[in-house]
Amino acid sequence: MSRRLANPTEDPLWLKLTLGIIAVGFIAIMLLLPLVLVFKEALASGVKTFFSAMVEPDTLAAVKLSLLAAAIAVPLNTVFGIAAAWSIAKFDFRGKTFLVTLIDLPFSVSPVVAGLVYVLVFGMQGWLGPTLAGYDIRILFSLPGIVLATIFVTFPFVARELIPLMVDQGRDEEEAAATLGASGFQTFLRVTLPNIKWGLLYGILLCNARALGEFGAVSVLSGHIRGQTNTMPLHVQLLYDNYDYAGAFAVAALLAMLALLTLALKSFLEWRYADELAASHRH
Amino acid sequence: MSLVVDSVTKKFARFPALKGASFVAPQGAFVSLLGPSGSGKTTLLRILGGLEVADSGSVRFADLNWLDMPARTRNAGFVFQQYALFKHMTVADNIAFGLKVRPRDRRPSRADIAKRVTELLALVQLPGLEARYPSQLSGGQRQRVALARALAIDPRMLLLDEPFGALDAKVRKELRADLRRIHDHAGVTTVFVTHDQEEAFAVADLVAVMKDGRIEQYGTPQDVRRDPKTAFVSEFLSV
Ligand SMILES: Nc1ncnc2c1ncn2[C@@H]1O[C@H](COP(=O)(O)OP(=O)(O)O)[C@@H](O)[C@H]1O
Ligand SMILES: [Mg+2]
Repeated sequence: MSRRLANPTEDPLWLKLTLGIIAVGFIAIMLLLPLVLVFKEALASGVKTFFSAMVEPDTLAAVKLSLLAAAIAVPLNTVFGIAAAWSIAKFDFRGKTFLVTLIDLPFSVSPVVAGLVYVLVFGMQGWLGPTLAGYDIRILFSLPGIVLATIFVTFPFVARELIPLMVDQGRDEEEAAATLGASGFQTFLRVTLPNIKWGLLYGILLCNARALGEFGAVSVLSGHIRGQTNTMPLHVQLLYDNYDYAGAFAVAALLAMLALLTLALKSFLEWRYADELAASHRH
Repeated sequence: MSLVVDSVTKKFARFPALKGASFVAPQGAFVSLLGPSGSGKTTLLRILGGLEVADSGSVRFADLNWLDMPARTRNAGFVFQQYALFKHMTVADNIAFGLKVRPRDRRPSRADIAKRVTELLALVQLPGLEARYPSQLSGGQRQRVALARALAIDPRMLLLDEPFGALDAKVRKELRADLRRIHDHAGVTTVFVTHDQEEAFAVADLVAVMKDGRIEQYGTPQDVRRDPKTAFVSEFLSV
């Protein structure tokens, strides 16, 4: 009897073990440990200190501002994202590939650069700054600037999630709807949207997580005015720089919790609607 | 009320898919577009359905400049090769779609829609499947639902693009007999695309044999078979 042939794609045990240990060790040290330490540090001087740091007015203002910025940026990017994905997936036009590349721009450009570009456009030495100032409109160092930066940085999430999904689904159902007498809007509401809803939710979730966590671009545009233009991530840095470690880690723990919540929801969507999301991750 | 297709052309990028297709069919006729893959059948059908815009030429149907109308106002039922059923809707909702999207003043009542769905399911011989989803149906059943959905809008024209292409021979035969029966019953003008000459000749009143974006020969199945006008047609039919 001949020796059983090893499966050609089967790696030796020692290799699998080594790689496994490296992977698990890396995740533990680089990802889990910091997360645990954030919570440990936040609760180091007791639960009471943690909560009093939390309800400190400037901290509350930062939480509010972050939520407000996300509440404006995420719906806008949801609409932009759907519009972009819709036009790319359902129509043929020149410059389509270019548009797809453009959508990825916020992922490839450093957020700080994005922030600086808006300073160039809206700053007092910039193109539009003086004109807008004439109408008493402030963009920099105020909510509009923060929202603009957040929109820029989080633009790709919804569009990126939807484009492959919608391309994969093709136009058949929309064409069928048209021949049955549906208007464009009816087709969108009754046919397109139900087919992409879980992918859309997934994109919104990631968009929201990034919107709440964005530091670089917002940092350039916000002006760091305590209690006024400080978002949560900026506030963490400010507290930390002022040696208020309890406060810094309390807010950091809050951000980390939001991240964990996002992760949990994301895993849930991936588990529950795997088939529907699969199309967008196959590419 | 006849269908008059006159010198319709269509290019994709630079590639001519239709180089001037013309035919005339009386009201209520069953026309088959027959030809090898790539001969322009789908393109012509999609132009008739309003899913593709012709570069030139004209189509008159029911005294209308057919090509000037958007797809949604033509009231032409379209059956796709890959079914194109609404995945997330039940069979009943699929069939009712064309009625539910009508403006309020022309929309039947809920009860009337439900009744119509039941009738249509009986017509396509799938009684009782209202609550199923498309994924729970066989290919042949899906195409019957697609046909019922197209018929729900009381179409004046029925357009079918190789509707039975993905089905096995036995189911194809059953379905085409049913299709012909339904066509006669509904009194629509039907254009049926196929690359299967046996199917075309068995079901149609008039056959248009297509090649490279042109109609090589047009006539009754008997005439086309008895007297092929070009070498291509006789060769295509002898296979
Ligand atoms: N959307 C499109 N873009 C580019 N070329 C196309 C498109 N649709 C069809 N064609 C080309 O037009 C020709 C006719 O296609 P089609 O009408 O689908 O033929 P058939 O249905 O007879 O197989 C084919 O050569 C096909 O490649
Ligand atoms: Mg075809």
